[in-house]
Amino acid sequence: MELRKPPPVRRLTPASVVTPRPEGADAPTLPYGQTSNGNGSPNGAAAAPAQTSGFVSARRDVRPPVATIERMQVEDVSIAYGTKPAVKSVSLPIRQGEVLALIGPSGCGKTTLLRSLNRLTELTKTASLSGRITLDGVDIATLEPTALRRRVTMVFQQPNPFPMSVFDNIAYVLREQARRRPRRPALRAPVQDALARAGLLDEVADNLDHPALRLSGGQQQRLCIARALAAQPEVLLLDEPCSALDPQSTKVIEDLIVKLREEVAVVIVTHNLQQAHRIADNVAFMYLGELVEYGSATSLFANPRQQRTKDYVSGAFG
Amino acid sequence: MSAGTITAQPEPRPSPPASGPRRSAVESTASWRLTDRLGLAIAWVLGLLFCAVCAAIVIFLFIQGIRYIRPELLVTNPHVGFDQNETGGFLAPMIGTFLVAAIAIAIAGPVGVGVAVWLSEYGRPVGLARLVESTVEMLAGAPSVVLALFGILLFETHPLGFLSEINGGVVFGKSFFAAGAMLSLVALPLVVSTVREGLQAIPNHVREASYAVGKTKIATIRRVLLPAARPSVITGHMLGIGHVIGDTAIIVLLLGDTQTLQGVGHVPVWGTLRGTGSTLTSYIFDNAPTGDLNQPNKAYAAAFVLLAIILVLNLIVDVFGRRSKELLWS
Amino acid sequence: MDEELLLEPVPEGLSQDQRAELGLGALVCGVVLILLAMLAFIFREAWSSFAHNGISWFGPGGNVDSQIQAIFTSGDFKRAPQFLIHAWPLVWSTILTTGAAVVISFVSSLFVAVFMVEFAPAPIKRMLEPVIRLLASVPSVIYGLVGVLVVVPFIGNHLISTSDKASVTPVIQLSGSSLLAAVAILTIMISPIMIAIFAEGLRSVPRGWLEGSLALGVNRWRTFWNIAVRTARPALVAGTVLATARALGEAVMLSMVSGSVGFAPNPADGLIFVFEPSRGLAATILHNTDELTSPPMKATLFAIAAVLLFSSAMLSLAGWAAKQPMKRYFNVGGAAA
Repeated sequence: MELRKPPPVRRLTPASVVTPRPEGADAPTLPYGQTSNGNGSPNGAAAAPAQTSGFVSARRDVRPPVATIERMQVEDVSIAYGTKPAVKSVSLPIRQGEVLALIGPSGCGKTTLLRSLNRLTELTKTASLSGRITLDGVDIATLEPTALRRRVTMVFQQPNPFPMSVFDNIAYVLREQARRRPRRPALRAPVQDALARAGLLDEVADNLDHPALRLSGGQQQRLCIARALAAQPEVLLLDEPCSALDPQSTKVIEDLIVKLREEVAVVIVTHNLQQAHRIADNVAFMYLGELVEYGSATSLFANPRQQRTKDYVSGAFG
Repeated sequence: MSAGTITAQPEPRPSPPASGPRRSAVESTASWRLTDRLGLAIAWVLGLLFCAVCAAIVIFLFIQGIRYIRPELLVTNPHVGFDQNETGGFLAPMIGTFLVAAIAIAIAGPVGVGVAVWLSEYGRPVGLARLVESTVEMLAGAPSVVLALFGILLFETHPLGFLSEINGGVVFGKSFFAAGAMLSLVALPLVVSTVREGLQAIPNHVREASYAVGKTKIATIRRVLLPAARPSVITGHMLGIGHVIGDTAIIVLLLGDTQTLQGVGHVPVWGTLRGTGSTLTSYIFDNAPTGDLNQPNKAYAAAFVLLAIILVLNLIVDVFGRRSKELLWS
Repeated sequence: MDEELLLEPVPEGLSQDQRAELGLGALVCGVVLILLAMLAFIFREAWSSFAHNGISWFGPGGNVDSQIQAIFTSGDFKRAPQFLIHAWPLVWSTILTTGAAVVISFVSSLFVAVFMVEFAPAPIKRMLEPVIRLLASVPSVIYGLVGVLVVVPFIGNHLISTSDKASVTPVIQLSGSSLLAAVAILTIMISPIMIAIFAEGLRSVPRGWLEGSLALGVNRWRTFWNIAVRTARPALVAGTVLATARALGEAVMLSMVSGSVGFAPNPADGLIFVFEPSRGLAATILHNTDELTSPPMKATLFAIAAVLLFSSAMLSLAGWAAKQPMKRYFNVGGAAA
């Protein structure tokens, strides 16, 4: 039996944005292909978002839906630094099999929310948290922070590989997790596996002792992702991982993130709306600490329910 | 490195439970391995032990000093006597300390600033720059007894006889000049490294702005850079003075160790500087039980005064150090 | 015509900048020359002592104090100059005191620095920093004073028993002035230097690395030790080199507390050997400084100075060499180099 070929990717050009008008409607075409009535597109196929939000983007490829497992639940979480509230009453699910993007303008609390998922907010003396975050049903406040952070790992905005060789960077996590310090031959396989998952193995395989700080920015960030994956986490948190990188490296990492969602739950904070539209399955829009809207990427960008979301996604502010 | 995330939150460090709607379980040490807990315990013990030892030393010297210091000690010269009540104070050693520090910093200050400026702003040829850096480093590491011996070699020669006493054709070689000159070698590395750091901290756009309006390099250095680096210059001088007044070996070998200032010749200041004397450090050295005079009470009192002077110098360094950190280069 | 007026005459000779550069260059060369002169003069004076003794200058053999005495008295022009010296007791004493003090100080200073930078509560941290700076600037003669008035009597009266004294009486007298006193005070003296430099190195570790390690589930202690201490290794080397140089050259304090006997403490005596007095190289110079008028004595003392200078130069070199392999992984935006 022949496998059905996936439908071809439709790349958007300005001309192609003009979608066929619904019968009978003689709606005027606005410059970016918006029509005055919302016209949401069905699913993840190359969506032509002809809608009121004015958002133009192209999804990279066709993505079949993946079975999702719920990993974390954020239940009515509020975080404040001293007296200043940073996050107000946010509830979200985080599932393996999908990429959750947290979007919003600067200072809206998305990074703070992300950092609360692996309790990094506790590093700040003035932070206080109310509400509940659970990992596989267990309240993370009852877990040891070190144990939690091995199951929920994080990649930061600025690549921060340790000043060691590539091998030692990845082996660092493995050595720390093991009861007895493992010998180098025993570590070779897990290190290569982590590098392979992060898509970096081909580039560094010939010399794993290369100093990590001499890699390019994109390679360093992929090394950080490999390092985070070496811990065999259940959830991977990414804090604007591509903001310091050039477009080429960004593409590589975005492809990687989409590939990883089947193995780990991915939460990514990004201020780049196009990026969120490219790679996310679900999107949460935050503004001034509140969760304004949560929904699937296609529906939120195509058909935002809240006015604030509409304004942000169309670029009215940000 | 992760400047973006770090500046948003102050001091990322695990903390005691944050006050707020819910107690947050801080990383307790229960999950750590035994070696980790042991290590932390050792760190605590050694840290507190160190505090205790420091406190003990400082308090001990303070108490002993207070016990034995009397105002008249500061204004009378030492003289020969039978017991500690008759031997006078340490005015001459105090003056000696001042003189020796003045000579040393008068030499090391300008020379040090000059060397620092050359290293920071010129530095060509590169081989010479490296040689100079190594030289300064060697001077910093040279023991002061060795510098003192070199001083004896230098100042006992006839060309330099005018800087000390000449007795029947033999140059004595020990004088304030001799001691001050060698002490300047002690202070020099400190001045050089501090001023150099201060100059290197000035961003390049300041220099470029000055060149852009047509100022020469040397004018830029004199009018723009050095004034901007003034806190470092002052810090360097103070550090240098601090090291100089604490030195004993060079004093013992090169100052002639007379209780009072014995001038040479009749020229007012020059004669004193050509002559011998003592400083607070040599006074303490002599009055310790291992020294010739063995008057511990006087030694404690002198130690108290010396420490007070050093404390004041440290405070000045602190104040200027803080001020230099506040200079903002936008 | 107007063009001619507008052209300024090119100044003859050097410009202001060139003169300044030459002047400063001359100053800098002067400083280098002074150091070279120092090296040359000292080694020249020291040569006779080394020439007469060869390598056995450093070896054991006989009572070094009587040898020194013989050297001094032979300076009288009627006699042939005596240069014979086997300075091993002095060398051994220096090695023992410096080595023990540096080792003990390194370990404790590292822990105190880690404590101070990362784990100490804020009030203790605020108190420690000025205290350490103050201690680093206390003159060695004051350390010596405290040592000779407090530590030495304590050791002499409370730690050394009469039986201990009896066991070594034929060879050496035990009073409180001892190796133990010397090492104890020297350790306290060089610790603030090490702590200050270690702490500076630890503080300059980029926060991103520490946070990255914490975010991978490594606990605070191991994070700090594995990342910060490892990154600050150049600072550890620098601090150790500086502190060792200070310990090597220490004359005043050691002459007050370690005893004034040219005796080589003998570990074969058992634990009592820490109570044995000794005198190091630098302290010997100070001890015999009045005897510089005797030429062979002068040569001997300058020989000791040459040994000290050479050691401190080798120390700097060793420090530089130790830092080289560390630079490999620190390039490109890393912390200390």
